[in-house]
Amino acid sequence: MYRKFFGVAAVLSLLLPVLVGCGSDDKETIRVYSGRHYDLEGAFNGFAKDTGINVEFLYGSDAELLERIKAEGEDTPADLYMTVDAGNLWLAAKDDLLQPITSPTLDDAVPEGLRDPQDRWVGLSMRARTVMYNPDKAQPSDFDSTDSYAGLDDPKWKGRLCGRTADSSYMQSLVAQMIDQHGRDKALEIVKGWVANDTKILTDDVTVLKTIDAGGCDVALTNHYYLARVLADDSDFPVKPFWANQDGDGVHVNISGAGVLKNADNAPAAQKLLEWLATTGQNAFCDGNYEYPVNPDVKPDALIEGFGTYEFAPINAEAYGSLNAEAIKVMSEAGYR
Amino acid sequence: MTLLDPGLPASSAASEGERPRDRGNRFRGGRGRTGWAGGVGLIAVIASLPVLAVVIDAFAATGGDVQWPPRLGHMVITTMVLLVSVGAATVVIGGGLAWLVTAYSFPGRGAFSWLLVLPLAMPAYIAGFVYLYLLDYPGPIQTQWREWFGQDAWFPDVHSTGMAAVVLSLCLYPYVYLLARSALLEQAPATYDAARSLGCSPTRALLRVVLPLARPSLMAGAALVMMETLTDFGTVAYFNVETVTVGVYRVWKGTFDRQSATALASLVLAFALIVILAERLARGRARYLQKGGADRGFTPVPLRGAKAWAATGVCSLVLLLAFALPVWQLVWWAGNAKDGGFSSLLDERYLEYLWNSLRIGFIAAAGCVAAAVVMAHAAKLTQGRGVEMASQVATVGYAIPGVVVAIGVLIATAWVDDGAEAIGISGGIGAVATGSVIGVVYAYLVRFMAPAYQSVDASFAKMPSSLTGAALSLGSMPRQVLTRVHLPLARAGVAVAVVLVLIDALKELPIVLLLRPFGFTTLSIQAYQEASEARWESAATPALTIVVVATIPVLILFRKILPAKALT
Repeated sequence: MYRKFFGVAAVLSLLLPVLVGCGSDDKETIRVYSGRHYDLEGAFNGFAKDTGINVEFLYGSDAELLERIKAEGEDTPADLYMTVDAGNLWLAAKDDLLQPITSPTLDDAVPEGLRDPQDRWVGLSMRARTVMYNPDKAQPSDFDSTDSYAGLDDPKWKGRLCGRTADSSYMQSLVAQMIDQHGRDKALEIVKGWVANDTKILTDDVTVLKTIDAGGCDVALTNHYYLARVLADDSDFPVKPFWANQDGDGVHVNISGAGVLKNADNAPAAQKLLEWLATTGQNAFCDGNYEYPVNPDVKPDALIEGFGTYEFAPINAEAYGSLNAEAIKVMSEAGYR
Repeated sequence: MTLLDPGLPASSAASEGERPRDRGNRFRGGRGRTGWAGGVGLIAVIASLPVLAVVIDAFAATGGDVQWPPRLGHMVITTMVLLVSVGAATVVIGGGLAWLVTAYSFPGRGAFSWLLVLPLAMPAYIAGFVYLYLLDYPGPIQTQWREWFGQDAWFPDVHSTGMAAVVLSLCLYPYVYLLARSALLEQAPATYDAARSLGCSPTRALLRVVLPLARPSLMAGAALVMMETLTDFGTVAYFNVETVTVGVYRVWKGTFDRQSATALASLVLAFALIVILAERLARGRARYLQKGGADRGFTPVPLRGAKAWAATGVCSLVLLLAFALPVWQLVWWAGNAKDGGFSSLLDERYLEYLWNSLRIGFIAAAGCVAAAVVMAHAAKLTQGRGVEMASQVATVGYAIPGVVVAIGVLIATAWVDDGAEAIGISGGIGAVATGSVIGVVYAYLVRFMAPAYQSVDASFAKMPSSLTGAALSLGSMPRQVLTRVHLPLARAGVAVAVVLVLIDALKELPIVLLLRPFGFTTLSIQAYQEASEARWESAATPALTIVVVATIPVLILFRKILPAKALT
């Protein structure tokens, strides 16, 4: 038996290099490391159709992908790094992993503030983290329209709030922005207020929304597209979005974005992909996950267009990136888990 | 002697505990034996290199000035509470069930004896998200609960250490069950019968004779379970439980400060050492070697009436909670998925994921088992302390979270790359680890060497050393001793090792996620990608496939290969 077994093992090991080979044919190919995965394939297939350039992508979590890019150094097979948090893009740029690109197309397509001032990365879609509520239990007028996040520390919400765990990067960048905006002490006070209101902590945004529906709480903060996703399956789902801070700084948004790697083998093609995604490919990139296009000329998916228009707070990528650790500490200190 | 002492069903005859080391019977100066010992040394160096790399890198970069996560004290306490409760619960469940199906007969006993192993095929991170879905506020259980008892009815806190302990215990008890059952089958019958014939009641015989005999196996099983609990990230994270391993992730992912995170990972290693020490202490000096004697096995006491059905009920309940319920939920999701449901099975890429999972699993199993055979064989040949210690070093990866091992492989290859550039070889060496599956396989070897070595060594340990000596003195070369004497006798242990590593590799996630080459997707990655975005329906099909595929070797092993020995 063991002879057979070792035989099989030997054959497999011999086949290994053949089987694992890059698998690329003669077509031009660019390779993407991505911390975002939803429906990338559709967009990349569209790009391949339009340009004849293949896109391969490898999904992973951001901290790990950055380690991998660093360890691979000059030998990295990847051309592009794509992720879902401006803070991650800032960190990659800070670690000198990205190269600046000059592209009038991108300058045109993506408003300033949604791309790196030094052109090392560019935003491709936007997601908003805002107030979600059960219209039978709460009204838009119940929320503080100047600072809706801080307003949730009002004792009138005691026992009526849900939230997502402190491990969520969405919560971390929201709190990082609050630290940037209000200072650490005020941010800590706000988060403490949420905790004092007995916020029910749940593992993911979909569960949060379904808990509102089931009557477990009345109000929560989630990313807008989770509601869109639930609505796509069940158009009668009763939860409604309230755009936070519309009389103040605007709702907290973050971007999905990408940058060309410093050690990219095929930087020009990677740049072409970015340009395509920011123009022709905006809908292909955004709509599968119901995100908002960064390109003002492109209309969002009809479902989220129904959420109405909103003002958003400026994205300070440096704050998201550099204050993330502080945000974790603040939540921990406040007892928010 | 060992961290995860085996005693898998393979080990039949005698030893639990210290390898019988008959010093008077050493054959010195044998041809080629130094070579085998050297091989073990090489394996130890290769297997511990990534671990060393991580530790050195962390302390070199931080100079000991580590950024500890907030609430570290709380994490340490939580980790201890979780370890102790899961360890204790699995000993009760696994040990109790093993006793039940071994000592009594009741309806369904034969089937339960192997069915109860099945939760081994369920990755804890999948069971974690299934249970969380079922138990959380909007889930079916609490919804029904509210219908019965009102909107504000009390329900235990789902996101708690207690609930995580329950789920982990249900997933991990088979380790204890396996070890306890083999101990009961191999060691206890004769003594139990003697105690009974001397007038002990079954309960008294259990407490006074069987339990002390099974203690080393129970403790070994508990140690194995505690290692799994310690290095687990997925399940505890779902239940929002802050263990030290969660702290490693939190520091790393939250601050991107990998050096601090790995320094913190050495704390995880410290916990692992405590578990090992505790296991040794709990096992005490117990050495129970059974010499000769008729291995007739237990004569099960037939249970009748209510008692019989209660026994059937307990087994069914455990199996229902630990296996049937999560599987049923996965089937339901897959059947109701709009896309990515069962129809995705027909997608040719799906076959590729399956093939990738299997391929990498078999390569890892072959590598681990080959190394394990070398180590066990060398230990038999030399019977030296050195070889034994080297083997311990080679199996250290099991006590380290997968993602830390993966980072270690990245650092180690970067070192090799720098070295190569320094001596003038340039080119794509830096991407060797991630440009092919070599990095993944390497990390799997490091991580899963322990289960392979334990099972193989269990088979080797029960061979009398005089046998090796006889073969050598009759003029066999050490290699011939391996192929003609040792391996044929260790077949069962080798089979168990292959199955264990294969299953572990199929379920593994963090390593393959970080080190895989472009275009290489496995079932576990596919399941994780969907689950991480709360798309349970799409995650269900790959998750279910992992469970089914992992079940097959379990069935083959426990129904075909081992039943003659273990399941009488």
